[in-house]
Amino acid sequence: MIYEVFRRERQGAAMQHAGSIAAPDGRFAEIYAREQYGRRGESEALWLVAREAIEELDEFVDEFDLKYRRVDGYSIKERLKEARAAAGKNP
Amino acid sequence: MSDRLDLVLALADDELILGWRNSEWTGIAPFLEEDVAFSSIAQNEIGHARALYELAAREVGTDADALAFDRAPEEYRSAPLVELRRLEWARTIARHWLYETADAIRLEALKESDDSELAGIAAKIDREEVYHRIHAEMWIDRLLASDDARPRLDEALEELWPYALGVLDDNLRPELVRRVEEKLGRAMPDAEPVSRGQHEAELAELLEEMTMVRRSAPAGARW
Repeated sequence: MIYEVFRRERQGAAMQHAGSIAAPDGRFAEIYAREQYGRRGESEALWLVAREAIEELDEFVDEFDLKYRRVDGYSIKERLKEARAAAGKNP
Repeated sequence: MSDRLDLVLALADDELILGWRNSEWTGIAPFLEEDVAFSSIAQNEIGHARALYELAAREVGTDADALAFDRAPEEYRSAPLVELRRLEWARTIARHWLYETADAIRLEALKESDDSELAGIAAKIDREEVYHRIHAEMWIDRLLASDDARPRLDEALEELWPYALGVLDDNLRPELVRRVEEKLGRAMPDAEPVSRGQHEAELAELLEEMTMVRRSAPAGARW
């Protein structure tokens, strides 16, 4: 079994993916996660999730090119330049 | 040697020698996660040994390193169980579980001791040993549940049983028998304990290797 391990570095911080471990069952996973991700005082808490319990979504349809919704957005540099020229100001 | 010093050195020597033996699996344990876990347990045992040697050193006016490395093999107080070189997984797990079970009984008794310093250090050690016991128990349960592993584990337990009995004094030994028999669901054979005070031939070899750096730099190795 593969278990995904998430760790919290300090109280109030978000859980972050730390890595994964292979273990025959949950008892082994608990000990192995403790030793691999907790023994140096680097974690305040761990979450252990069996990989098979994770639902993965990996298809995101965007047929009509709505790129303004994307995280990288679109460049406004050109438009800004035009707007400034129209307003009669130098950049 | 006072009874107290004798007791502390017996504990410290057990932890140091077993820590060393367990660390022989580093890099070659059955799989990576176990390698990390077992090596970490070995480091913990050596940490316990250091704390105990420091306690003993204050009593005799020396330092922890001198007690750990500068004594003659016959001066070590370790139980023969921890001295055996058994680089085979069933025996390693059998020894690990037998030792942890005996050690738990010994620590429980020490935590109740009138000697507050000793009781305190026993409580501190025990808080880490909890995880060693969980580790040992989960392995025992898993191996007992397997048709392939069970006979091999049973054979290892039979072989090591007289040695396990030798870890504890007469007054605590019956409790070890009770816990082991309860877990395994069968009676263990009557056996003459291989007691503390005698040593396995493997101990001298181990000490030879363990003290190599220290002997090469008597003034103290520096990195």
